[in-house]
Amino acid sequence: MNAVGQHVPRAVSVTGGAAVRVTRSRRSALWPGIAVVAIVVILGYLPYVVHSGTTTLLVQFFTLLTMASMWNLLAGYAGLVSVGQQAFIGLGSYFVLIGALHGLDPFTALPVAAIGCGVVGLPVWWLVSRLRSGYFAITTWVIASVCELIIIRYPSLGGGTGMLLSGFPDISQTLLNAYIYWTSLAVTVIVLAGVYLLLRSPLGLVLTALRDDETGARSVGAKVARAQRLVFIVAAAGCGAAGALLIISQPFVEPTAAFSVQWSAEMIFVTIIGGIGTIEGPILGTIVFFILQQTLSQDGTWYFIILGLVAMAVAIWAPRGLWGLIAERTGIRLFPVGYWLWPAGSTAGPRGLALLRGRGRGPGRSGAAGALALDDPGRAGPDDPRSGPGDAGPDDFPV
Amino acid sequence: MIWVNAVLQGVLLGGLYALFACGLSLMFGVMKVINLAHGDLAVVAAYTALGVVAVTHLPAVWSFVLVVPIFAALGYVVQRTLIQAALNRSVLTTLLVTFGLSVVIENSLLQFLSANSHSLNIGSLVSDSFSIGSQITIAYLDLAIFVIAVAVLLGLQHFLSATKHGRLIRAVADDREAAQLAGADYRHIFGIAAAIAFATVAFAGLAFGMYSSFDPTIGTDQLLLFAFEAVVIGGLGSLWGTLVGGIMLGVVQQVGAQVSSTDQILAGQLFFLLVLVIRPQGITSRRRTA
Repeated sequence: MNAVGQHVPRAVSVTGGAAVRVTRSRRSALWPGIAVVAIVVILGYLPYVVHSGTTTLLVQFFTLLTMASMWNLLAGYAGLVSVGQQAFIGLGSYFVLIGALHGLDPFTALPVAAIGCGVVGLPVWWLVSRLRSGYFAITTWVIASVCELIIIRYPSLGGGTGMLLSGFPDISQTLLNAYIYWTSLAVTVIVLAGVYLLLRSPLGLVLTALRDDETGARSVGAKVARAQRLVFIVAAAGCGAAGALLIISQPFVEPTAAFSVQWSAEMIFVTIIGGIGTIEGPILGTIVFFILQQTLSQDGTWYFIILGLVAMAVAIWAPRGLWGLIAERTGIRLFPVGYWLWPAGSTAGPRGLALLRGRGRGPGRSGAAGALALDDPGRAGPDDPRSGPGDAGPDDFPV
Repeated sequence: MIWVNAVLQGVLLGGLYALFACGLSLMFGVMKVINLAHGDLAVVAAYTALGVVAVTHLPAVWSFVLVVPIFAALGYVVQRTLIQAALNRSVLTTLLVTFGLSVVIENSLLQFLSANSHSLNIGSLVSDSFSIGSQITIAYLDLAIFVIAVAVLLGLQHFLSATKHGRLIRAVADDREAAQLAGADYRHIFGIAAAIAFATVAFAGLAFGMYSSFDPTIGTDQLLLFAFEAVVIGGLGSLWGTLVGGIMLGVVQQVGAQVSSTDQILAGQLFFLLVLVIRPQGITSRRRTA
């Protein structure tokens, strides 16, 4: 009954029959929750009060945030470091284009494109699921390259030079910009809510266990392969939606740009800097990205070089990222997905559960000493010792 | 005869790919690190050679005398600092760090040296060739690159099997803990292996710079993927497998180009995926096949 991913009782008996209260976060999630809803409402109202330049920038913001959240789910939780998500970004763009060429309204084509990418994700998963770590990473990259080379072969889709997206509803440019903005906001909200609900579900427990220790997760009976497949397909669909947003907002698509590994670089840097393995991390990282980009955009690719250097430093020296640093000090969770166990009757500073405490970091440090956190990345992010098919031992490098 | 020519050109091209692949294979075999910046390092080597030629007025062909030792030293330093720090964290961190390195290198090249393409000027050698029959033409340069690739692989094999440091590398690759117990400093050995890998990638970058033109983005767009494909197709873990893989990839690409000039790269990628599908055991259960 205790297998990860199965029913987790709301009140469990730990010491001498004393009941334990279970919450989803150390502090009440009510106020952060209200704040999140308020932010979404304000963002939804924005087209009425700001210039279209601002909303256009926010569309880019939401697109990158969607990609980063998907990569975070892949690498941060399922342990799948992909550098080929641009395959689905490009395909998402081209699916919208194909839909538009067949008379489909681009906004209607967006969910179709996302689902289409999820469907394509299935055979791709079959192909790459047999690979680990570095092999998985480069093979996803090869697949993205194959998708690009195949698209280039179709002159009806613009070949190598690209194509303009047409077929938008006949409305004023201002209204169209607002529609695009609301669509991107909706995609982001759906993606973040989806990730949040996924991680709160029984499957989320499997993924959290997987994030912290794959071998451990397998040994307690977690259905790791199934969870990874689902995450891969969800990430394919999410990146497809992001690609669809890209072509709708441009509104132009060109294979080299659509399938560029630059997208992978952006989503990876943003997630690592923000904090991999948390829902909040990619949000924070995307904010940092846009501040840096807007500040340094006159100086060519400098912002990107700086971003890459910072991401490397963070990956090595602060693998929980910015959000990890914040969460560790404050205990705030915008999206509480874990479980916290409290001894019965206590409100603050639960005691007596020290034996259940994690690895001596995070939750145990501040006010709520002794509360058991089941959501803290004990070891940060993709910190997982499994390695590739080449992890063979002795006859590994016979020369 | 056209097809024979395509196959021959593919075999020669395969030497170049093997040269790219052997460093990748070595770093993976010894450190379990897949260096995603491998292709970009080759491009940096080619740019470094341009700089060396501009400063010293050496003929481009001789630039390796300076570039290869520079890269070997660079490899040792990068391994002891950056990659070792990432390795101490986890294998997946090395992926993130080398990917970051790749992006930083590519964008720095774009920022400082523009997106223009260059090539290493080797005079008439680039076009000199000899003919066999009426339809087979072999360029001296292609043949020379193939011979150099085989020579590098032979040298590497000799080094790994017959020298003290080579044996240490193999010992650490086989069983790091046991090698440490026997007194080997694995970090230093890793550094040496990385130095060799960087030296081979410098050779590959120079050969590529003479063979065709290069620009900052070609390292990630093509070279890394070709090197990786050669490693996987040939079967992991053996130097000569790398050569076989490189040759197979080169032949498929050249034959693909013969079918349709735009399909050269696609043919190679699809062949690689096909190998993954029909011979996954070549990748996943090397213990039985190696």
